[in-house]
This record gives sequence, C-alpha cells and structure tokens, in this order.
Amino acid sequence: MSQTTTSAADQAQGTPPPERGGRKPPSRRTTRLVVTIGLILIAALIVFLLLSPPNPDARPVSLGFSYNSFFQWIGNMGPIVQIPIILVIFAAVVGILLVLIEYAPRAGRGYFWLRLISCFAIPFLAFMMLRPYQGAVIYVIAIALIAGGLLFWADYRASQGAGYLYQLTLFMAPAAIAILVGLVYPSIATIIQSFFDKTGENFVGLENYVWAFTNPQGFWSIINTLIWAIFAPVFATVVGLAYAAFMERARGERLLKLLVFMPFAIAPVSISLIWKFVYDYRQGEQIGTLNAIVVAFGGQPVPWLDIWPLVNTFCLLFAFVWAQTGFAMVVLSAAMKAVPVEQLEAAQLDGTSAWQRFINVTVPGIRTSIIVVLTTVTIAALKLYDIVAVMTGGRANSTVLGFEMVNQQQRFQSYGHSAALAVLIFVFVTPLIIYNVLQLRKQREVR
Amino acid sequence: MTALRSRRRHGYIALGLTAVAALTLAGCAEGGDEGGDSGSVEGETVEIAGGITGSEAENLQKTFEQFEEDTGITVNYTGDKGFEGNIVTKVAGGSAPDIAIVPQPGLFRSLVETGEVKEGTAEVEANVDEYWSSIWKDTGSVDGTFYAAPMLANLKGYVWYSPKSFAEWGVEPATTWDELITLTDTIREKTGEPPWCAGFFSEAASGWPGTDWVEDLVLRQAGPDVYDSWAAGDTPFTDPDIEAAFDSVGEILLNPDYVNAGFGDVKSINSTAFGDPIAAAVANGTCALTHQASFLTANFLTAKTADGATPEVGPDGDVYAFLLPGPEAGELAVEGGGELVTAFSDDAATQQVLEFMSTPEFADARVKLGGAISANTGADPTLASSEFLTEAMKIVQDSNTVFRFDASDLMPATVGSGSFWRGMVDWIDGKPTPQVLSDIQAGYQD
Repeated sequence: MSQTTTSAADQAQGTPPPERGGRKPPSRRTTRLVVTIGLILIAALIVFLLLSPPNPDARPVSLGFSYNSFFQWIGNMGPIVQIPIILVIFAAVVGILLVLIEYAPRAGRGYFWLRLISCFAIPFLAFMMLRPYQGAVIYVIAIALIAGGLLFWADYRASQGAGYLYQLTLFMAPAAIAILVGLVYPSIATIIQSFFDKTGENFVGLENYVWAFTNPQGFWSIINTLIWAIFAPVFATVVGLAYAAFMERARGERLLKLLVFMPFAIAPVSISLIWKFVYDYRQGEQIGTLNAIVVAFGGQPVPWLDIWPLVNTFCLLFAFVWAQTGFAMVVLSAAMKAVPVEQLEAAQLDGTSAWQRFINVTVPGIRTSIIVVLTTVTIAALKLYDIVAVMTGGRANSTVLGFEMVNQQQRFQSYGHSAALAVLIFVFVTPLIIYNVLQLRKQREVR
Repeated sequence: MTALRSRRRHGYIALGLTAVAALTLAGCAEGGDEGGDSGSVEGETVEIAGGITGSEAENLQKTFEQFEEDTGITVNYTGDKGFEGNIVTKVAGGSAPDIAIVPQPGLFRSLVETGEVKEGTAEVEANVDEYWSSIWKDTGSVDGTFYAAPMLANLKGYVWYSPKSFAEWGVEPATTWDELITLTDTIREKTGEPPWCAGFFSEAASGWPGTDWVEDLVLRQAGPDVYDSWAAGDTPFTDPDIEAAFDSVGEILLNPDYVNAGFGDVKSINSTAFGDPIAAAVANGTCALTHQASFLTANFLTAKTADGATPEVGPDGDVYAFLLPGPEAGELAVEGGGELVTAFSDDAATQQVLEFMSTPEFADARVKLGGAISANTGADPTLASSEFLTEAMKIVQDSNTVFRFDASDLMPATVGSGSFWRGMVDWIDGKPTPQVLSDIQAGYQD
C-alpha cells in the first residue's frame, strides 16, 4: 500500500511541466496564492462544520445516488446481470480517467467545456457518493463550489501552461477531498469521541483511557499489541534476511523464494483459518497438525490457543510472521542484489570472512530497506485484526488493540472505549510513520 | 488531415464513454419512499433484515409467499451472520432496513435508544395483547411504550438423553434436582463413565452455553422474582442466590466424575463446540445427558447413532429431552428466547407486513415449515414438525407456564455477552467462584 502511494506521488512530482509553444509560463506566485486562499477557505468551512451543533434528526441525503443506493440497486439484479453491469462501470471509470488524462491538457473550445464540466462534476460526484448528512449539506455544497471554482481557475491558468497545473490540481482535488472527508474528519471526530462516555453524549475526560489501561480487556489488548509490535517485525525481518542471504545465488533460488513468498499472497483470513487447523485441539483423533505430532510422540493434546500467558499470543504471532516473512525476504533480497559487487570483492581481498562481509558490507548497504521492512511489519502488527478475530476471537486474553476496538464498538456499542483504543493505535503508529518518512527523505537527499 | 480526423474520432469515443457512465449512474437513483402515501401498497417492497441465515432464512422467506400474493407487497428478507454487530451501526448511520428481526432484548433496547425505531401500531399491539402473555409484550416495550411484537420462540433448559439407554439402565427422567443427581450417580455406576457432556465453545461467543445453565438454576431455585431483579441488574452476581445457582451447576460441570463424557476432563468443556460434537455424542451413546435448548433437534438431523443411522427424536426413540428440574417436582418455570420484530419505517406496506407477522396465520405458516415454534397462543402446536416441538410449543403457549427471557440477553451487552461469557469460561478453567462472580459483576462498570 504505502509503496504504491509513494511511487504515485513520485511520479506526479517527477513529471516536468511540459512547455508548449514557447509561451511564458503563468506566474507561479499568483497561482500559489489563490490556491492557498482557496484551501484555507475549505479548511475554515470544515472547521465550522465540525463546530456546528449536531442535528439528531438528520437523515443522510444525497442528490440522487450514492454508493449505498448503487449497491442496493445492483443487489436486486440477477447474479448474471450483475457481471456485465460491473464490467461496463469498470470500463466507464477507466474511460473517464483516460479521457481526463488524454484530453484535459489540450487547447480548444471543446476541451475547455470538458474541463469546465469535469471541474464541477468531480467534487460533486465525490461528495454525493459519500452520503453527506442533512445538517452538513450546506457546508458540503459550499466546499464543493469552492473546490470546483478553484479547479476552474487553475484550469484557466493552466490552459496557457499546457495543462500541468490543471492536471495537478485535478488529480489532487479528489484526493484532498477524500483525505479531508475520509481521514482528517474521522480522526478528529475519533479523538473527540474518545473523551466522551460510551454513548458519546457526556464528556468524561480521560476516563476511557483509564479504562483502557485498567480493564483486563483493554489492558491485555495493549500488552499483546506491544508484544506483537516488538516480536513480529524482528522475527519476520531476521528470518527474511537470513533466508534472502542463504538463498542468494543458490540453486533453484527463484522457486525457493517463491515458496516463501506465497504465504504473503494469501488473504489474512485464509491464513488464520489455515493456522487455526494447525493449532486445532480435541480429544481423540487429531486433525490439528501440531497436536497430531504431539500425540504421535505419546503426549497429551495441548489446547494451544487457550494457554495463557504468552503461548496463545505467540501461536497467533507465528501465523502472522509466516505470512510477513515472504514480504521481508523479497524486499531485502532485492536490496542485497543492489549492493555493489566491487565492495564485496574489495572486502574479500582484505581477507574478511563471509560473516564479516555480511555484517560490515551487506547489512549497512541495505540499511534503508531493513528500516522499511521493520516499520511496515510493525505497523501491520499494530493494526492487526483478522488473525485474532478468526483464530481466537480474543479468548484467553489474546486480544489486541485492533480487535478490541471493533469488539467494543460492535458487540458492546461502547463508542468511547472503542475510540480511545483507536487513538492508542494512532499514537503507536504515528512515530513509525514519521520515522519512515524522515528516512525516505534522507535517502532522497543522498541521491 | 489524418491527425484531425483521429482527434475527432477520439472525441466521439470520449462522448460515448461519458454517456455510458451517465446512464449507468442514473440507473441507481436513490429509491426513497415516494409511493408510501398514495394509499396503494401494490408493488411496494419491504426490506427485512435479521441474523437468521441458511435454510431457516429460506423458510422465513417462504412464510411470506401467500401474503405477497394477497397484497402485492414484495417482502425481501436478508440474513446476515454478523447482524448483531452491524445493525446498530447501520441504523445510527441511516441505512436501516424497513424491519429488523432482533434476537436479543438488550440489542432491541440499544436500537430503540437510537431513536429510529417506530412505535408499534394499534393493530399490532392489539394482536400482541390477544395472542401473547404479558411477559412478551413487556419485552417488546421500553419505558412503557410498546414497540415490537415477538416472532418465533425457543425454549431453553432441556436435558437431552437417550430413552433407549434409559430403558436399558432402568432409569426414568428426573423430576427434581436431587433426583437428577441420583440419576447421574446411577448412570455412572452402570456405565463407569462420566454421564454428562457439555461444550462451551462458540468462537467469539464462547461461554454462552454456561450462562444458560446458571440462568435455569437461578430461575428454578431462587424463583422468578429474584431472576427478574438479577436480569435487571438489581441483584448483583455476588448475591448468595446467584452463588447458590453457580454451586449447583458446579455440582455437575465441575465434577470430574460427572463430565465431560467422551471429551476429556472438566477443562475440555471450554474447547468442545456446543452443537454438533455434543449432539453426536448423545446420539451415539458416549454421552448420557446434556443440557441444551430446543434447537439441538436440528443438530440431530446430521448426527449418527452407534449403528450409523440418523437418530430418531421421540419419547421412545434414540434421543429425547426433559426439562431441567427444579428443587420441587411439578413446578414449571422455563427460560427461553424469541425474536422481536422491530420497524424503522412507518409506510403503509411496512405496517401491513408488521401486522401480518403478529397474526396466528404467520405463526402457523412458519411453524408448518418445520424446525420452529411460536408463543402465539392463536397458533396450532400440532403443526410443529415433530412431537418434541409440539410439546415445547404447548409449554411456551401455556398461560400457567412461568416463562422468562434469557437473562444474559436482557443484561447490558458488556455483561450479558461480555463478562458473563468470559466468566463462565474462567470458571470452568478453575477460577474460584467468588472471584468469577465479582469479575462478572465488574462488567457493569464497562
């Protein structure tokens, strides 16, 4: 996930503004000024929206359609009819994107209209599909109008600069809206919610956080999450690194690497089901691999997932590491191949052992990749939900923050507790993301 | 020249694609309830959501066939295995179905708190007054306002056994608690094996079969008044009456001589699934007695007797059940459950569906399809698919039966499906009873 976004951003930034006709490009300063003012206006509107009193009777409204109504509509169709509809929509979406990319930057009256329409249509569609609530509809319309106007203006400037700015703004606008509506607003709302009681009505201060650290469920979810965040990335990286190093130029390297990589391609729920069978516990005939081995050697079957402390958590963790090792191995193996052979040869001439070369040349050479793997796996471990949900359902103190958050909200309707746990995950993840970004930036500077 | 032509062609393609997109999006315009006020309900669709899935969902949908023909209303039932977790979020988010079939009174109250649940109409209320005992109406009401009619019912607190084996051992079903313990000892002497089996495992819901045990004993030993105040949260778990119920359950479940037939020691209760393995053990004779609700009949359909045949459920067959006895013989206080039909829409078609669902005709139609019973006194118990279900249905319909809703379903979810479930698992694992009781009680603070 993170890789794709980075590369997309890289591309967007990396494309140089194409210059056409030798015309003088429009003043960057003015453009920047107007865009900034527009964004400040949008931000101010969102703040007003957040501060406006909630309307308890508000029903969600949308002018005609939403994702929801689309799914309901398609759900009533016959299964065979659904296939062509989905294909047509997919083609339409691809078509619209192609049209925008291909035709948006061109000069001419027809293209001007196309631009103008899409300037308004894109934010409009984005908002309508998100089903805004009645109380928020005025703000939402105002935001849409400003965003549309801004786009139009940017397009006007861009039509003299061969569409660079237009493209940039066009592709940034839906993203910015999606981030604001789908990420920034919910994050702020969650943080606010975490200071209210379980119904979300009365302010209780830090009570939910006190609950999270004192209630057995909350407490164990934090402890287990920390265990996950410490052990999972270390295990995955060490095993992945060792495997990548040993398999380097080994016979059948590709096949061997493919075997290790395959678990990474399995859906997390399937991984959980596979390992649930491995740990299966029953009296009599064993269907669980692990207990079948134990019984074959004359032991008593062990209820792996019910043994607390640590045993059940590490059983779950092992399934996760099994899946993540492939990812670590592929990234580290690719990085290893990029270590200059000259350095290794030079070290060899200096009379170093293979281990010394590995520690002193290879590992420093792939340092950034190791950091990326460590942080990625840590973040995945911090927000883990599926393995715990499928394999134990949080039984025997095996719960983690991600699972407990959903559990509190869905089963108990304890919105305050759930929000507090969500904020805790956020607090744990943020430094890692910041560190990762700083590392990437440092790396870019070196280049 | 060619460049110009190709450019024009590209333009047409673009126009065509945009038109396709526009048409597709226009197709999924938001439905709304525009037709609701015109008086005619012909052609209206009513969406029902619930947690009932599989063949039971098919039967439920079939129940509406005649009604759909008569009124022209289309009834769409959608079953969702995660219904209980999703419905409050859906309702609060404005995506409520027209009608929801809610299996737990506690969940029903959470839904009423969202303010989206419509009050019951006079017609539905009249039907409920006529055909159900007052306990059912109370369950569908919040703060004296009537909201929801019950749908079907199930009866808990059965002890499943094998009449054939009982005849072999020369024993009879017990009528008092003491008799039950004597019966257990007798079977143990005859077979040399633990007579009882139990399974508390149910994925994330593990432990709930244990709550049924405790509830049955509180109701039978301490009486309905204590049960009500306990379910309402006024009598704490640490009360001696509740502790006495735990002790009685422990007499059987924590006794290594009595459990866990065919599955291992006492602790194996936690890892044994509540349904199929238990039914299989009762059917093939490795387990003489087990405590479970009426739904276990369904599990016997796939179980096999020792000879490999499908067990016959009947008073003289391979498996049958008697109600878990209380301290005195003859008193009938039973615990059970049922779904509440909750409405989120008040248009005419929905009202008509709600009214239909509260009639004996609906109950008869559903009961006839098999596997279900209803507490609707207007419904005919002889339509039930087996002798056992007919008996169970007579019990829930009988006005002399002291009927109570599942207490854990009435408690707040943090206790009823939180600390109570966990407490049962810990208790089987060997945690001392007083500690378990105070842990469960602490769930009220969550």
